[in-house]
Amino acid sequence: MTAASKFKLLIFTILSLFAVNFTFANEHKGEATSHETEEEFNVGEMIMHHIKDAHEWHLWGGHDNSVSIYLPVILMDGGMKTFSSSHFYHGEHKTAVDHKTHEEISYMAGVGPAEGYALFHEKIYKMENGELSFEDGHAHNDRVNDFSITKNVMSLFFGAILILLIMGSVAKFYKKNGAVAPKGVAKFLEPIVIMVRDDIAKANIDKHKYHKYVPYLLTIFFFIWFNNLLGLIPFLPGGANLTGNISVTLFLAVCTLLVTVFSGNKNYWSHIFATPGVPVALLPIMIPIEVVGILTKPFALMVRLFANITAGHIIILALISIIFINKNMAWGGLSVPMALFISVLELLVAFLQAFLFAMLSALFIGAAVEEAHH
Amino acid sequence: MDLILPDYGLLFWTALVFICLLFILTKFIWKPILSAVNAREQKIAESLELAEKTKAEMKALQAANENLLKEARAERDAIVKDAKETATKMVEEAKQAAKTEADKLMASARQAIETEKGAAIAELKTQVAAFSLEIAEKVVRGELSSDDKQKALAEKLAGDINLN
Amino acid sequence: MYGSIAAIGAGLAVLGAGLGIGRIGGSAMDAIARQPEASGKIQTAMIIAAALIEGVALFGVVVGLLGNAK
Repeated sequence: MTAASKFKLLIFTILSLFAVNFTFANEHKGEATSHETEEEFNVGEMIMHHIKDAHEWHLWGGHDNSVSIYLPVILMDGGMKTFSSSHFYHGEHKTAVDHKTHEEISYMAGVGPAEGYALFHEKIYKMENGELSFEDGHAHNDRVNDFSITKNVMSLFFGAILILLIMGSVAKFYKKNGAVAPKGVAKFLEPIVIMVRDDIAKANIDKHKYHKYVPYLLTIFFFIWFNNLLGLIPFLPGGANLTGNISVTLFLAVCTLLVTVFSGNKNYWSHIFATPGVPVALLPIMIPIEVVGILTKPFALMVRLFANITAGHIIILALISIIFINKNMAWGGLSVPMALFISVLELLVAFLQAFLFAMLSALFIGAAVEEAHH
Repeated sequence: MDLILPDYGLLFWTALVFICLLFILTKFIWKPILSAVNAREQKIAESLELAEKTKAEMKALQAANENLLKEARAERDAIVKDAKETATKMVEEAKQAAKTEADKLMASARQAIETEKGAAIAELKTQVAAFSLEIAEKVVRGELSSDDKQKALAEKLAGDINLN
Repeated sequence: MYGSIAAIGAGLAVLGAGLGIGRIGGSAMDAIARQPEASGKIQTAMIIAAALIEGVALFGVVVGLLGNAK
């Protein structure tokens, strides 16, 4: 056996172990949050739990020996209230009966500084008379303005720090050495920076105006790419489903929308409010369509990134869950290679989605700043 | 449903982090990277242009050199040819001059010879005439010294006339 | 019940997107085979077109998620 194939085998083994560990953690987590009502492994709940946000960062273990990082909860409810989320996770288990379905639903009531609030499906509600009331599976109580540092927010911070560190080292290299051939990290990242500048910005935006948008496109590209990759790491610095969260993609899409709208020139707006070559009688139909068109483009951006990344996480988790559904380690022979394959595919998707988001943003901006040429 | 409803807390933090990131990256990171990359690209483009220019210059220089060499060679050839021509001409002229001189000399010599010859012939003629006269006188004297002889002669002359 | 109907919808969306992206991929292959020197441009255009189709399919998936929610 050659050294190369040995190395490959080693990598494969390590990755498989990670994949298995990751799922154990998640499985126990799924049970930990609901072990009061059901002992059976629930795939749907486990997956949903993973791809949603949380107020804790689960590390390992389950049931009574789970190890988690309890993240700070910040509530805006008549002034700022800050406390650790352990006051929920180690709070009081309560159950309530659904008014409609008459099923028993369990939730966690906060103790100590979290007194008066309850955590249900990772959402914080204000309790009325010391309890939550449910209807059709939804809590009926008021939500609190929750600005907590959740798992996704932590992941956001990690991602931002990572970008600053890595890109900072690249910038430092150029500051120190001037305009020389790149080395090290700069050598790896410079072609990507140039790709964003040339293939994304220059190719889609007027060549006299693209300079202004390059920093935005670079930021959005690296933000999405780094966070996509962080989401693929199954343990601590990663594992959150940040770019697969609709809030994040919504914000990014709104940024592109704002940039597009504010850089739109006369030609762009005239195409929307007085499309050339369209009879005046049709304008009452055309204008709403065009205005909706402004919004659907970033909407598609938002949904594309969200759905792609979420779908990737769901597929990997579902493949790994095959082992736990069948309760037999031997199924790992099927599910681990498949999960590995999808993971590798997700590496490509992580890059592709970042590229597409930046590319389509550049396309929209390019259409907005284009000069009339007919 | 929760999955596709935005969460205001996360939205707020995303906005905060992203805007800070955009600001810091634009100001402190993209700017130096892009300017360094641009500067390098410009440097490379300039170097390439310079190389191209130098090459063209070299080519021009080489062509000029070649031209110069060619011209020099042509000039040399011309000079050599000229010199050769001149030499030939001079030799020819000298030859011609020598020939004319020789001819002239020959002509004058011939003339002198002719004149001398003429003079000698004239002298000879005079001498011969004088001798002839003298001889004739002597002969006539001898012939006419006796009557017999005079008679014989007259008869002979008369006989000659009869025969005619 | 909602879930199963949503799954059928998602399946239909995937079917359409699969056909669409398959056609794009096939045409791009043809184009690259005909003009290998333009493969970079063709790939970019292919990815954008595929992404646009995928976006429509994902609308279907999101509607499926909406329908699936309790």
